[in-house]
Amino acid sequence: MTEKLFTRPKSLLDVPTHYCPGCYHGIIHRLIAEIIDELHVQDYTIGIAPVGCSVLAYDYFNFDMFGAAHGRAPAVATGVKRVHPDALVFTYQGDGDLAAIGCAEIVHAAARAEKFTTIFINNAIYGMTGGQMAPTTLLSQRTNTSPYGRNSEACGHPIRMSEMLATLEGSIYLARVSVHDAIHMTKAKRCIRKAFELQLQGKGFSMIEVLATCPTNWGMRPLQAVEWLKSEMIPYYPLGIIKDSTEVK
Amino acid sequence: MKGNEAIGEAAIAAGCRYYFGYPITPQTELAEYMAKRMPEVAGVFLQAESEIAAINMVYGAAGAGARTMTSSSSPGISLKQEGVSYIAGAELPCVIVNIVRGGPGLGSIQPSQADYFQATKGGGHGDYRNIVLAPNSVQELVDYTYLAFDLADQYRNPVMILGDGALGQMMEPAVLPETNQQVTDKPWAACGLKGRRKPNIINSLYLDPNRLEQHNLHLQHKYQLIEQSEVRYEEYHTEDAELIIIAYGITSRIARTAIEKARNAGRRIGMLRPITLWPFPSRAIRELAQKTKAFLALELSAGQMVEDVKLAVNGARPVYFYGRMGGVIPSTQELYEQMIQVISGEGGKGDD
Repeated sequence: MTEKLFTRPKSLLDVPTHYCPGCYHGIIHRLIAEIIDELHVQDYTIGIAPVGCSVLAYDYFNFDMFGAAHGRAPAVATGVKRVHPDALVFTYQGDGDLAAIGCAEIVHAAARAEKFTTIFINNAIYGMTGGQMAPTTLLSQRTNTSPYGRNSEACGHPIRMSEMLATLEGSIYLARVSVHDAIHMTKAKRCIRKAFELQLQGKGFSMIEVLATCPTNWGMRPLQAVEWLKSEMIPYYPLGIIKDSTEVK
Repeated sequence: MKGNEAIGEAAIAAGCRYYFGYPITPQTELAEYMAKRMPEVAGVFLQAESEIAAINMVYGAAGAGARTMTSSSSPGISLKQEGVSYIAGAELPCVIVNIVRGGPGLGSIQPSQADYFQATKGGGHGDYRNIVLAPNSVQELVDYTYLAFDLADQYRNPVMILGDGALGQMMEPAVLPETNQQVTDKPWAACGLKGRRKPNIINSLYLDPNRLEQHNLHLQHKYQLIEQSEVRYEEYHTEDAELIIIAYGITSRIARTAIEKARNAGRRIGMLRPITLWPFPSRAIRELAQKTKAFLALELSAGQMVEDVKLAVNGARPVYFYGRMGGVIPSTQELYEQMIQVISGEGGKGDD
């Protein structure tokens, strides 16, 4: 008799995704789906997809979802959660969506201590539109709209969203994680799970920032992209728990 | 009861428990009223960080199955148009109140009807329509706010109440409707699977052009149904009228007094008052064109609704226009003189 040790989570549909080779969206989708299965909350989970590469996330997850206007997912999630306070509500947003056009919405959702979780995918670039500079693009990083490298004189410095939101009383749990290897995936999963658990306990706003690669728009092979994430991104965006108001000091 | 408060009470009676807004004159009293009343009925009042956020909260609450509303005034409504387009595209029911003020830009805070185009022609991007209701009294603010929630649910469409600062501030007696006990079944809402097998997805994205065209055809079909079933208007002394005034909202009240005066002077003037600005009472106006000699559209704008009057009349009769802008409200005497000028054959502005 054989035992099945590894299978697709119920909360993830058995369909091919449109994501590029070497992109982390697939891994992150799977982690979220696994946690929702483990917490047995598939029946009352409501997700909010952004505008960006993960705009079609609702085609891959197996629970109720919304597509939101660019940057507005935290406002949509606010409306949803106020109507269904017992649901598990999360937004899934990229860096252009969350840190540029949707900056007001994420800041005020956190300030109001809205009881939902944001999964923030930071790959330092606009993916879907084909590789433009994001608020999180690193200094000297070349993109299609910073072809000579991001210059702080003209474009300012990259924003560390998690640290910024940590200053707000309403945010209770903020962590920055990566999924570039098995150890980091395990840590990421633990953090996302904790954020969901805190939400289900009725606590305030939580966000998990996941550093991700974009080999296509970074102009790298997938393995080169992993190295770039480790050598360039992590030093500027340090991994770890940024804020945990629930820990007894 | 004050106009702005009447809207709030009617919404609560209709079963709305989720209000999302942002302060802007001259509708702030409605937001303040909801801030006080919603907690008393176990509802949610939320002051958003912007009009953009407020309309997206409405998108979320409506998509999650609730009766929900927002309110604002012209510059704030401009900001909401992104969300309204998404709501129309995703076919979500909601009520949007626009207490119109003068524009363009920051304009003024005085009453205006210069938002007719953005209310009735869509307002945001894409081919869509809002149902637009234009009350002209506090009682009608109550009645049509209440109706707006039913129409929104019935057609899964945004409904806009177009008022103005004068109506919002007006104090008149009004009878409130019975509290709505009926809950509309919304099997499409994204509220958690709860045993349902297929996830409900609320969105407006169709990457395949053929699917998007099908979706648009479906919306257009719905708009046709609304045009067939939901046109509302009021006629006043149109039976024998040689001149028919077309006016809505606060302007129709001034026009009515001017018409009474003209009637007393033996002038055969009547009025058709559109109550739904979209769908517009085009057929009723077309029929009146068979009987009357001319039309005069009166508006607090440079002439927006008059375009729909001309489309309805389609050249069969001359269509004249008189309007004031910037928050200036014409006097009864002023409108009376315009009517007399047109009916005396001295013409007026607008006809070619």
